[in-house]
Parts: sequence; structure tokens; C-alpha cells
Amino acid sequence: MHELPITESILKIVLKHAEGNRVQKVIAIHLQVGKLSDLEDDWIQRYFDYLSKGTIAEGAKLKIERTPVMMRCNGCSASYETDIVRMDDLVCPACGERGGTILSGREYTVKEMEVL
Amino acid sequence: MEEIRLIEVKEEILSDNIKQAGEVRKRLRKTKTMLLNLMSSPGSGKTSLILQTIEGLRGDLRLGVIEADIDSTVDAERVAARGIRAIQLRTGGFCHLDAAMVTQGIDAMDVSEFDMVIIENVGNLVCPAEFDTGAHKNVMILSVPEGDDKPLKYPLMFSVCDLLLVNKIDYLSLSDFDMAALRKRVLALNPRILILEVSCKTGAGIKSWIDWLKAEVAAFKRHE
Repeated sequence: MHELPITESILKIVLKHAEGNRVQKVIAIHLQVGKLSDLEDDWIQRYFDYLSKGTIAEGAKLKIERTPVMMRCNGCSASYETDIVRMDDLVCPACGERGGTILSGREYTVKEMEVL
Repeated sequence: MEEIRLIEVKEEILSDNIKQAGEVRKRLRKTKTMLLNLMSSPGSGKTSLILQTIEGLRGDLRLGVIEADIDSTVDAERVAARGIRAIQLRTGGFCHLDAAMVTQGIDAMDVSEFDMVIIENVGNLVCPAEFDTGAHKNVMILSVPEGDDKPLKYPLMFSVCDLLLVNKIDYLSLSDFDMAALRKRVLALNPRILILEVSCKTGAGIKSWIDWLKAEVAAFKRHE
């Protein structure tokens, strides 16, 4: 639902790194987005196409890798992967304790970009 | 043909907001003003809670309010009518407040005059959870008519809050809302969250909320 401000930040970061690396054209941008985020991939691309018009990033393809939701058990501290739909009934696979603390799954990172 | 190069970026997309939020927290730490971010879906009782809070804290704590609204000033007018300084931020269609917008709000008031500033965020359980506003405490409201299944649909919101207020408990007898199931679902996501049951209409439970606020502001001022 908040793809626009996120996309503005992505473009800003990409153009900053492009400038420092004498880039002529940005071909693709690799993003890491946690599975807890509600971002819609199609909308990010659409906003990006709109915002990047006239820049060297125009036409760049966004490649989004979804990073898993990792929990830490509140009982034995073991970490384990879960899914957004299973978060109401978390059970530690190591000790059976219920509930946990979110370790990751909220990432929003520009990982790397393919450029000419 | 030119060769495609790969540039490593590894940069946090929300880094600007995270940085700005840190600045807001630091600035308010200096003036000893606790910033509280209040989030919920539309119609769950944010403005009613703020009105109850104004009365509950009157004479004890100096309170300021930042109201976020897509395009109206109704809420700020209701707050200002109680003699409280209220800043209205029109988000112009934005679904959440970010730290830059909150900075505009605190720039518009002399924060050193207040012990606490409450941000009434945009009514939405999705986007506000992802943007750090610079608040020291995050509080959410879930009202009984919304149902006890909301932690399943919006886990992130329940994970980032320090306190959950279950509002409109005067509706409990009319609904199949399962309070025990709600508590179990919320605590599984966030074991350190405090859950209080209130009714802004009847005033039930409001005292516990006011006591919690007073204790938190006192702890904040002692810099715990």
C-alpha cells in the first residue's frame, strides 16, 4: 500500500550508486524484501517505470527476492523459519515452546544492480 | 557489445526514514518530551481515546497532539476544542506518517512545553507498522467489532507495539469476540506487549491506561 515512497527511495539509492560508478544505463536492480512486507511487486515496477522516466534507470527491471520470516524461540533461543499464515500458532521445532520474537522478515534492501 | 557490470549496493531502502526517526527521538529526549505513536484501523476509537486521555491527564501532564488525516481537520478541531494544542498534518492521500512528516509536526509546536506528544497516525493497520515515526512508544487500538482474528491478518502491526488497547468492550456481550483467543494470538507474536481492555464510551479501563501513561512518562523523564 505504500509502494510509492518505497519506490522513490529505491530510485534515489540507485541513482546515487550509478553516479559514483560512472554508469551509462541501469539494466536491472536486485531487491531483498522480507516476506512480512505487504509490497506488491507489480506496483513497485509500475511506480518505478513512472518515476525513473528520463533518468539512466529508465526501463530497468526490478528483481525482487523475498527473504524468509525467521523467529527466535523465547524458550530455548533456537531460530527457525516460519510463514506469515502460520504466525498465530508458532511452535518451536526444537523445544515445542509457543510464540517467539521476529528476527527477520522485515528487510527492505537494494542488494545490487546490473549496469552498463 | 558492452559488458554488463554488477555493482554491489547493499543499502537499506528505508535508511533515510530510519535516520530521521533517530533524530526525532534524540531531539525529544533533550526536551524530555515523550512521543507516543497511536495506530489502529479507521473507526476503532483513536480520537475518542485521545479525548479521554486529555481529561485523564488534565492537571498532571502537559499534552500535545499531532493529528494525521488524509484530507480533513475534523479530528484536530475536536482535540483543540478541549484546550489542547493540536497540529493537523494532511497526508494528502498518504497511507501512513513517516519521520519527515512527524518532524514537520514537532517543528510547528514548541515541544519543550509538553511532557508528552501523541501522534494520531492514519487509520490503517498495514503501512504505519513499517515506518518508524521517531516515537518512543508505539500503541495500537483494536476494537471489539473488528474481530479477534486481526493478529492473523496484520502480524507486523501487533509485533511492533508496546501496548494494545482493546476498545469498545461494551460491545462484548453482543459479539462472538473471543478475548482469550485474541490474547493468545497477540502474545504469540509479541510476548512483551501489554494488553488493556477499555471502553472509551463507558470509561471502563481508562484508568489503567492513564496510569500506564503516567508511569511511562515518569520513566522516560528519569531516562530509564
